[in-house]
Amino acid sequence: MTEAVLTRDTGAVETPLETPLETPVESFSLARGLQALREEMDAPVASFFSSCVHCGICATACPFYVETGDPKYTPIHKLEPMRILWENEFTLWGRIKTKLGWDKKVTDEMLAEWEPLLYDSCSMCGRCSMVCPVGNDIQYMIRKAREGMVASGHAPEGLVAASVRAVKTGSPMGLQWKTLDVQIKHVETSSGLEVPIDKQGADYLVLLSSMEIINFPEYLEAITKIFAHAGVSWTLSQQCFEATNAGIQIGSKDIAAALVQRVVDAAAALGVKNVISPECGHAYTAIRWEGPNAIKRAYPFKVFHIIEVLDQLRAEGRIKTEGKEDDRLSLHDPCNLARKSGVIQQQRNLMDLVAENFVDLKEHGKYQWCCGAGGGVSSNERAEELKMAAFKKKKAQIEEVSPDRMVTMCATCRTQLEEGLEEYTMDIPVVGLTELIAEHLVESDEERGVRGE
Amino acid sequence: MTSMDFLMLTKGPLFQLAVAIFAIGMLARMIEIFALGRAHNYAAPRGSAMAGGLRTMYKRFHTDPGTFKAAPFDVVVGTIWHIGFIVALLLFIPHVELIKSTFGIAWPALPNPVVDAVTAITILGLLAALVHRLSHPVKRFLSTTEDYLIWGVTFLVMLTGYLAYNRLINPYPLALGIHILAAEIFLIVLPFTKLTHIFTAFVARYYNGAIFGRKGVQS
Repeated sequence: MTEAVLTRDTGAVETPLETPLETPVESFSLARGLQALREEMDAPVASFFSSCVHCGICATACPFYVETGDPKYTPIHKLEPMRILWENEFTLWGRIKTKLGWDKKVTDEMLAEWEPLLYDSCSMCGRCSMVCPVGNDIQYMIRKAREGMVASGHAPEGLVAASVRAVKTGSPMGLQWKTLDVQIKHVETSSGLEVPIDKQGADYLVLLSSMEIINFPEYLEAITKIFAHAGVSWTLSQQCFEATNAGIQIGSKDIAAALVQRVVDAAAALGVKNVISPECGHAYTAIRWEGPNAIKRAYPFKVFHIIEVLDQLRAEGRIKTEGKEDDRLSLHDPCNLARKSGVIQQQRNLMDLVAENFVDLKEHGKYQWCCGAGGGVSSNERAEELKMAAFKKKKAQIEEVSPDRMVTMCATCRTQLEEGLEEYTMDIPVVGLTELIAEHLVESDEERGVRGE
Repeated sequence: MTSMDFLMLTKGPLFQLAVAIFAIGMLARMIEIFALGRAHNYAAPRGSAMAGGLRTMYKRFHTDPGTFKAAPFDVVVGTIWHIGFIVALLLFIPHVELIKSTFGIAWPALPNPVVDAVTAITILGLLAALVHRLSHPVKRFLSTTEDYLIWGVTFLVMLTGYLAYNRLINPYPLALGIHILAAEIFLIVLPFTKLTHIFTAFVARYYNGAIFGRKGVQS
């Protein structure tokens, strides 16, 4: 690395700090919240609210309801304030009722009451959206309802803090480039490989998540090895290394756009054609599906989850592996990756490459059950108890097939699985799929030489 | 007013009024939905939104195994009475005749005893659904006056039809008039309540399937 690089102490981009969350508290108001909700109403939302017959089937798909048995956690009920506003202002009959003064009003107290329902007890896993008989995409509406919560000042403290840190420092956990830099040095020492930084014209810009950098440093080493092995041209960017988007979790389009723009700028600065989202489900949906809509432009590059890239390399014969894991392995599909993004077969192809004794959980792929930590639940300290309650569904699923280890590809899911399994004293280690692949690479003579074998 | 006068009233002006309110009301509701539009989606698609949408319109008739296990009563009873309602509405000889005389299109009907049996099953299904709504914690929690109102309106149509066909109310013109009136109430109430799901559920399913389909997931 050059000296110029070393003297830069932070990867945070200088962006104006004036964001919706930093403006004075008085500017959050019921009026702003309702206006934000109005702006979110679209034809799908109107068709969904027009169709709900209160059958309650969505509750059976929700780990928060299933594991607590409390009807208030029924997914469609979490949208009641939004539904009332829609009825009052976007339906003929509702407008007549409003004129006559028969309407039920959305109040600040009501939004305060709904805050834990929309944040603490919903990981936006989208399972309810898969089972609703009339076809309501409830998760789609939860995402929208959160915009109204932020604008009215009813977002959880933990998520507000994460959003402020993300805007200020570039990372929701306040992690700076120098921390990552230390890790890069470790990886370079232990692998004998170079971790490319700010390499102009690389094929892939690799993004990371702070959670991963802190909890699972082995990921960076794994991709460094795999990409060297497969001859992939890649780079990290000092300008932007964070893939997650706190704005999307909390429900603030402005913050979401500001954070996505940093990725777009970093990709443009390096002239890369592809961006890789890390082992994080949320980051992938954020950057792959929501990002272009947040900045209202199509990207000049393609976005892939690391698992998609690895499967592509596998299909091209660029990953040569040796040996297989012989213990019983099962797989947790991150909701954001499988159900919400269609990456389902890729991880199974990769498992076949390295696992001899693989067993799928009974409901997997698009019908998988959430670990309980997504959608900002894990950044919201207040939700800790509910998060662990929701995990019981995953626990039951794991018990059904009793694997020796679980494999996943999302740092948030992995942390939750580790914590949850420990809480219930289940001795089942959790590994990341990328690392698992890296462990089985056939080493070239050159690589062996570096390690002095 | 004789029972015959009552029957003529329900078959004449009241019927026209009910059909007009239903048609204009439902059209207004559909316009209300579609006029809201959708924001342009800038994300590169993985799959076809339209193909996904069209498939989901049909696929939600098939419950996934996990949901069937979690809510077997809803699936079985719900399916039975919905099908029963449609069979009685569209395959009963006098209804086919009415549709033929109104729209000029016709299709084969089922024998009367078959529709009679289907109607009886549907009535039992609706009663079971009501008991379930009153006793199941989630359903009871979610249910509003409107949910019970539309249950009542639907139940009355089926019940009055059954009573009229089996001559359980006399004189017959009165029985038939009551059934037609119940159907008219159903039509009038439909556009202003969740009965709209009869039509909007297909719109909702389309959007759901399209949103997921674009991301390469068949929902």
